[in-house]
Amino acid sequence: MTNPFNPAEGAEVSSRLNPAVAGAETAPGESPAPRVIPERRRRGLWFWFRDTGWRHFIGLVMLVFAAFPLLYVLSASLNPTGTLVGSNTLFRTIDFSNYIELFQLPQQPYAAWFINTMVIGLIAAAGTVFLGALAAYAFSRMRFRGRRVGLLTLLLVQMFPQLLGVVAIFLLMSGIGEVFPQIGIGTQAGLILVYLGGALGVNTYLLYGFFNTVPVSIDEAAKIDGASHARIFFTIILRLVAPILAVVGLLSFIGTTSEFVIASIVLTDPQTQTLAVGLYQFVSQETSSNWTLFSAGAVLAAIPVMALFLYLQKYIIGGLTAGSVK
Amino acid sequence: MSHPSPASPLAAPVPPAPAGALKPPRSSSSTRGILIKIALLSIIDAIAVFGLFMLFLQESWIPFAIVLAVTVLVNWIYLTPGWLPAKYLTPGLLFLAVFQIFVVVYSGYIAFTNYGDGRNGTKDDAISTILLTAQERVPDSPTYRVTVLEQFGEYFFLVTDPEGEVSLGSADSPLERVTDFGTDSTGRADSVPGFTTLGFADLLGNQRAITDLAVQVSDDPNDGALRTPDGSNAYLYLSSLSYDAATDTFVDRQGTVYRDGGDGAFVNDSGRELIPGWTITVGFDNFVKAFTTENIRGPLISVTIWTFAFAILSVATTFALGLFLAIVFNKPNMRGKKAYRLIMILPYAFPGFLSGLVWLGLFNEDFGYINQVLFGGASIPWLNDPWLAKFSVLLVNLWLGFPYMFLICTGALQSIPEELTEAATVDGAQPWAVFRLIKFPLLLVSVAPLLISSFAFNFNNFNIIYMLTGGGPRDVSAGVDAGATDILITLVYKVAFGEGTGRDYGLASAFAILIFFIVATVSIISFRQTKALEELN
Repeated sequence: MTNPFNPAEGAEVSSRLNPAVAGAETAPGESPAPRVIPERRRRGLWFWFRDTGWRHFIGLVMLVFAAFPLLYVLSASLNPTGTLVGSNTLFRTIDFSNYIELFQLPQQPYAAWFINTMVIGLIAAAGTVFLGALAAYAFSRMRFRGRRVGLLTLLLVQMFPQLLGVVAIFLLMSGIGEVFPQIGIGTQAGLILVYLGGALGVNTYLLYGFFNTVPVSIDEAAKIDGASHARIFFTIILRLVAPILAVVGLLSFIGTTSEFVIASIVLTDPQTQTLAVGLYQFVSQETSSNWTLFSAGAVLAAIPVMALFLYLQKYIIGGLTAGSVK
Repeated sequence: MSHPSPASPLAAPVPPAPAGALKPPRSSSSTRGILIKIALLSIIDAIAVFGLFMLFLQESWIPFAIVLAVTVLVNWIYLTPGWLPAKYLTPGLLFLAVFQIFVVVYSGYIAFTNYGDGRNGTKDDAISTILLTAQERVPDSPTYRVTVLEQFGEYFFLVTDPEGEVSLGSADSPLERVTDFGTDSTGRADSVPGFTTLGFADLLGNQRAITDLAVQVSDDPNDGALRTPDGSNAYLYLSSLSYDAATDTFVDRQGTVYRDGGDGAFVNDSGRELIPGWTITVGFDNFVKAFTTENIRGPLISVTIWTFAFAILSVATTFALGLFLAIVFNKPNMRGKKAYRLIMILPYAFPGFLSGLVWLGLFNEDFGYINQVLFGGASIPWLNDPWLAKFSVLLVNLWLGFPYMFLICTGALQSIPEELTEAATVDGAQPWAVFRLIKFPLLLVSVAPLLISSFAFNFNNFNIIYMLTGGGPRDVSAGVDAGATDILITLVYKVAFGEGTGRDYGLASAFAILIFFIVATVSIISFRQTKALEELN
């Protein structure tokens, strides 16, 4: 396997893994030479339509399909009337009162949900990256009995999402709560621990593949210089694999912030809930009358995740195409 | 690849370095490393000791043994040299073992029990709860003067009975005579060394817990218990039901006998159950119930079929649209390609759980944008008609999923060498033939594993179903809360935690085990196909 983030071979691999980069590279290579234009003029509009124009037509249709629901929710969030039916005229008024009211609801502590989601997401992502990197380092750099079985098990565990065991998780957390109320049912710490349980299964394989692309000679050189294995891991390897750590961290963060099933059974008190749980209840109770407030909440909730995703899209898409599903 | 020798931080093999130049940084760093290691281990051990203490108090011996063994093992791994892989694998494996592997095994166990609403504990718990809830105040009860004490978060009654005898008891321990106590001016015992006496404010703050507290007079629950309505006077309460341990039956005042009915509850001859019951293993009953009870089997079969249909159609529609778009936009000198791509990625970047909720508003039958504006005020039941709801779910999932397929198909198409196309064209192949016979098979090879993982993902795509339709419209004839768009995982969730219908953890776990077997079968087949296993070295 090659290293998609190694600058030396990054161009070739990222064009394979990552269409965004690929598109950018093919375009300048075959950029329209001046003599194409007279040819097009000569053959006329119909030729242009048959050659390229219909692609733009499809593109425009897809733009509407892809962007419309997002524009709709943005428009609704700026609409002060409050109801679903009042949101049907797009961008009739621009008014930020929903965003202000959102933070003043006594029953739905939106600010708390937002902070909870970010805190849980960040801690779970950091923990996931750390646990996954430790395991991937062992699998990639060491040979030991049970290694093959271990990798195989991880590959299999990956197929079974944690939410299959939701009933058992609920009962387990209730049991833990009787001994350790601090990490039992109803606590965010408990929820983070459950998420960390899914860490190894989901990401180690992705990390393992990437760790293998870092030459072993680097480790060996460091070892000859007298570095301990811990030092090699923390100061050399972790830096070299930083891009994949970012990908795994982001995927984990995005996954955690959208997770509903386990969060909804572990977190019972509204003050401790996450956005997914809170906003679902917000809408499922009174869809139409809460609509614009929900929209404002949805826009705010989506902004950090979408910003991260778009900012780092080429890395994320590289990771996704290498075998992970959002 | 070389085989690094297992070395511990304590005794790393020191190579014969020609110059000792690198030694100072190394030794300082490993001292720091050891300090960090000791600090982390002490924190873990402190937590473990606390847990062991609590488990010891609760007399939960099996968890106690497990926690003890794990703690010893962890300390051994990190304090002895060697076993290097274990040092790196242990943290992740611990979490994996508890929250993923144990959880699956535990689900398997729950599937063979009657765990659920009113069947939550042991038989002894059930008996004492039944006696407690059936308690009534004895009409001519003497007045016992009490003081409420507290120790380690548990409340105690310090009782001075009418004869002046003083005894102490709590919810778990019956009254026992005490000799070492302090009294107030009226002769009421009000303190015991080691216990905190609750003041008036504390009593008010914990009113519920104190009025609910019942302290048994003796070891025999049938003797009754003391309860206090105000925190200073207690009265004798007797249960209207009496339990006879010898025959394992309850008898109420009318003389009706309640026997252990064999399915985790006491029942009388006319079939009335005492609440709560207790958890028992029921063998394959949950599976038998799922497959033979008419009004559960029917919905289960249709839900399973729809789960497959949903997963396959989701992959098929998103892949078809994604591939089509990839071909359309795979034209080198097309303008605005980047802008199109950026906007088309947006649904994929949007948080998944929000998409369902946004479309829920769009599809609303009475006020939604689609009916009101696009269909000019029609009231099309997008989410309330069984078939339209299925269509809507697929449409929303298409919206969510096509960008992913578009991206991977674009990548796969561009990785196909241009020479192949040219060679085929030179040989006289038409563009469609080039695509169908050359490009498409090559593309399929590289995206097939991703299609399989996409199938596995959609098979358990809880969020989109639950957020958009909640599984509905509900099938009213079904014996479980199942609807037209329910997939197996949403059914598990609704049977286990649904509102309205009772919680049935046993049946829900049986369904979860069913999913487990389906997913296992699918993944074994797909592993064989993709030969992923052979890549392992």
